[in-house]
Amino acid sequence: MKRKALKAAFPYTIPIMIGFLFMGFSFGIHMKGEGIPVLYSVFMSVLIFSGSMQFVAVGVMTAAFDPVHAFLLTLMVNARYLFYGIPMLEKYGGTGLKKPYLIFGMCDETFTINCSVTPPEDVDKDWFMFFVTILNHIYWITGSTLGAVAGSFLKFNTTGIDFIMTALFTVMLVNQWEEQKDHVPALIGIFGAILCLFVFGADSFMIPAMLLILASLSLLDFSREKKLKAAAITDGKDGEKNE
Amino acid sequence: MNDTQRIITVAVIALATAITRFLPFIVFPEGKKVPAVIMRLGKILPYAIIGLLVVYCLKDAVFTSFHALPELISIAVVVLLQKWKKNMYLSMISGTVLYMVLVQLVFKG
Repeated sequence: MKRKALKAAFPYTIPIMIGFLFMGFSFGIHMKGEGIPVLYSVFMSVLIFSGSMQFVAVGVMTAAFDPVHAFLLTLMVNARYLFYGIPMLEKYGGTGLKKPYLIFGMCDETFTINCSVTPPEDVDKDWFMFFVTILNHIYWITGSTLGAVAGSFLKFNTTGIDFIMTALFTVMLVNQWEEQKDHVPALIGIFGAILCLFVFGADSFMIPAMLLILASLSLLDFSREKKLKAAAITDGKDGEKNE
Repeated sequence: MNDTQRIITVAVIALATAITRFLPFIVFPEGKKVPAVIMRLGKILPYAIIGLLVVYCLKDAVFTSFHALPELISIAVVVLLQKWKKNMYLSMISGTVLYMVLVQLVFKG
């Protein structure tokens, strides 16, 4: 049962393997470039397992010691995971002992696969999601360890290598844009964020931006539901019963 | 930072990351009915969040002397490559190499 799930999961993780080896490698080099020992890169990838946050963390670890700031900054950078949990409530339900690890390992890429891929019927869904998660975790740890070790030997200018994170989010935005006919949520995200960035400044715009986005999406949802119900009633159906 | 301070910092970041991942599952444990509005928001939120994340990556660059020009050029290349070839790692790696060339050789602040 496990073997079959592993075989089904592996192909989906191949693109992530390439990306994580490269991104993890970049992270390791970046860490080493800032003079942080190899073991930190390894343990951060095991315990944090969040690409964007780990790149941000390099800056935190080279600044003055401030755990409260580190805590709040992490909550802000990773606030999107709060939203990832909501569509996964059902899928991760009933997975028993695997559940804590599935949630712990829910990075952007793992979320994307587990949220959108339905394994074949003869494959155990829980083990499938477990293997997607653990394979991605292993790629990430391997990449960052190799990068941190190689970083001691490589002597090239790595300035700008953290752009890989921006590139990843841009690609995800393009993919979602092409898959989805409804562009309103994406536009709300982009322009809500830009608006708040100029009003509140670079250091404190994330929380207001998230609140603005959440409020706008709720409003959008409310007006659409209202329209749907109105349409159902004019069609002569009972809108409540169709829910 | 000394080693103790670094270890505490890593632990704090790991804890805060885990909190953001576990919180929805703690608020809505198995067996408890999730309100329909939350489920609907869960479907459209990921699209908005990615847009926010792209802006997040540019937050400091916007206020520098180049006003995020090297970032915007590289992002445009990533978008065009992705639309054209649909190979995410080709788009990401090309965009990153271009960005590194731009900030190291062209836009030297």
